[in-house]
Amino acid sequence: MDNLSLEINALERALLTMDQSQAESIVIGAMTKGTPIQIASELVSGTLQRIGDSWETGNLALSQVYMSGIICEEVIDKILPPSNPLRKNQPKMAIAVFEDYHLLGKRILYSTLRASGFELIDLGGGLSTDQLVEIVKNEKIKILLLSVLMLPSALRIKELKLNLLDTDVKIIVGGAPFRFDTELWKEVGADGMGKDSSDAIEIVTKLMEEKS
Amino acid sequence: MTSMERVLTTLSHKEPDRVPLFLLATMHGAKELGMSIKEYFSKGENVAEGQIRINLKYNTDCYYPFFYAPLETEAFGGEVIYTEDGPPNSGRPLITDIQKINSLTAPKVKDSEVLLKVLKSIQILKKHSKDKIPIIGVVMSPFSLPVLQLGFEKYLDIMHFRKDLFNHLMKVNQEFCIDWANAQIEAGATAITYFDPVSSSTIIPRKLYLETGFQIAVHTIAQIKGSTATHFASGNCLPIADLLPQTGTAVVAVSTEEDISKVKEAFKNKLTVLGNMNGIEMRRWTPEQTDKIVKDLIQKAAPGGGFILSDNHGEIPFQVSDEVLFAVSEAVHKYGTYPIIKS
Repeated sequence: MDNLSLEINALERALLTMDQSQAESIVIGAMTKGTPIQIASELVSGTLQRIGDSWETGNLALSQVYMSGIICEEVIDKILPPSNPLRKNQPKMAIAVFEDYHLLGKRILYSTLRASGFELIDLGGGLSTDQLVEIVKNEKIKILLLSVLMLPSALRIKELKLNLLDTDVKIIVGGAPFRFDTELWKEVGADGMGKDSSDAIEIVTKLMEEKS
Repeated sequence: MTSMERVLTTLSHKEPDRVPLFLLATMHGAKELGMSIKEYFSKGENVAEGQIRINLKYNTDCYYPFFYAPLETEAFGGEVIYTEDGPPNSGRPLITDIQKINSLTAPKVKDSEVLLKVLKSIQILKKHSKDKIPIIGVVMSPFSLPVLQLGFEKYLDIMHFRKDLFNHLMKVNQEFCIDWANAQIEAGATAITYFDPVSSSTIIPRKLYLETGFQIAVHTIAQIKGSTATHFASGNCLPIADLLPQTGTAVVAVSTEEDISKVKEAFKNKLTVLGNMNGIEMRRWTPEQTDKIVKDLIQKAAPGGGFILSDNHGEIPFQVSDEVLFAVSEAVHKYGTYPIIKS
């Protein structure tokens, strides 16, 4: 596949000015250089990772990361609809907010992953340990992405992990408590931690490769 | 010096006898009183007693009768969820259909049971403090409250695409915020913390802040009849450091993710800096680590005054041990006596 660095620069500019039609033109224009899944995983994902990295370094704000993800998700849905067999939907992956209703982090990650060509189940917010254990076992979820805002919820992931030891699910965590205490994810027994959506794409890509 | 004199001196960018300590332990009072968190916050009397005990136990320089973040949304009719080991949290957003913003009205302070509990705690503390210990009231800014009223996604959507709804919501929230802040001042609060995390550069870019949160802060703070401290609740603020003094605030509470030396330099002789111990990490600190961290913060930020030691979120986690809180207090007394000696 041809180098997409010019398109990545252009797409980043379009997203940061919230120009959805320009973003769509850039993505459609790039389709001559690769398949829809390649465009999603290299152009769109590459751009969103760069935007995520800029948030991590304090050069962009969360609202810009959020709006960029939403725009890209809509654009990619047009060239790669949810039912498209090319979408990376195996092993089965789900995302949830553990114990509370602060949904923004989950929404950003959900959009970013879908815009990068992944398909995953959105379990919503306010889920308890018991609910998550039941869903993971019944749905045979293999990768569970958990977004958390409050420290007590983060600490209770340890209990969730213990209740899922008889499964092979991998738990990847993210959210403010894990950003401010970078050792916390290990303490609660998570299998990985993403500081931002860029990190999460890398972790999920690696896990998908390992598990498929 | 009394705590009040110490704080007022540092606010005027002069060196007091030692660095003031604002130990913003909102839930530890429940432990002191042997109560659950839910029971503790059920009465203003409990919170006042909890704050008095925290102040005495750790030799702090303020009373901080902050209950919990979703207090204001509770006054609007929202749900609050209690846990045994953390701050009461907001439930599902109060407004699910954004069109209902048009019919939203502000609650009256005098009719709100939950707000009256806070006023009760301030009144008790006022009587107890005899004006020697500052009492720090709290409001959620009109610009940040919608995260709890609508949820963050919907709020960002209306902020970007539905200016009509955004403007109406700001009008309602601003009217409420000013009334609520002034009711606390009237009850005896010395100053008001203006919690405004959405304005932080972690959440919105500078350009959007200039068009939104900045304008709202300028107009709201001007109508609060007391000093304010702007708190970004762990969010960054250096990219808007030049704008913050223009909002009329006197203090800025900064994130642990920002270099305290750069922060102090940016606000020198303009705003007093409050911060910036990492509250989340504090749960794992040893007394030795605590000593080192507090010493480092003081040596970098305290010279010249204009500095108050505190955590970076405005709410120390319930899991932080008494041992660590004692170590913070001891280190402030050990290293925070002016003139600051660097070693």
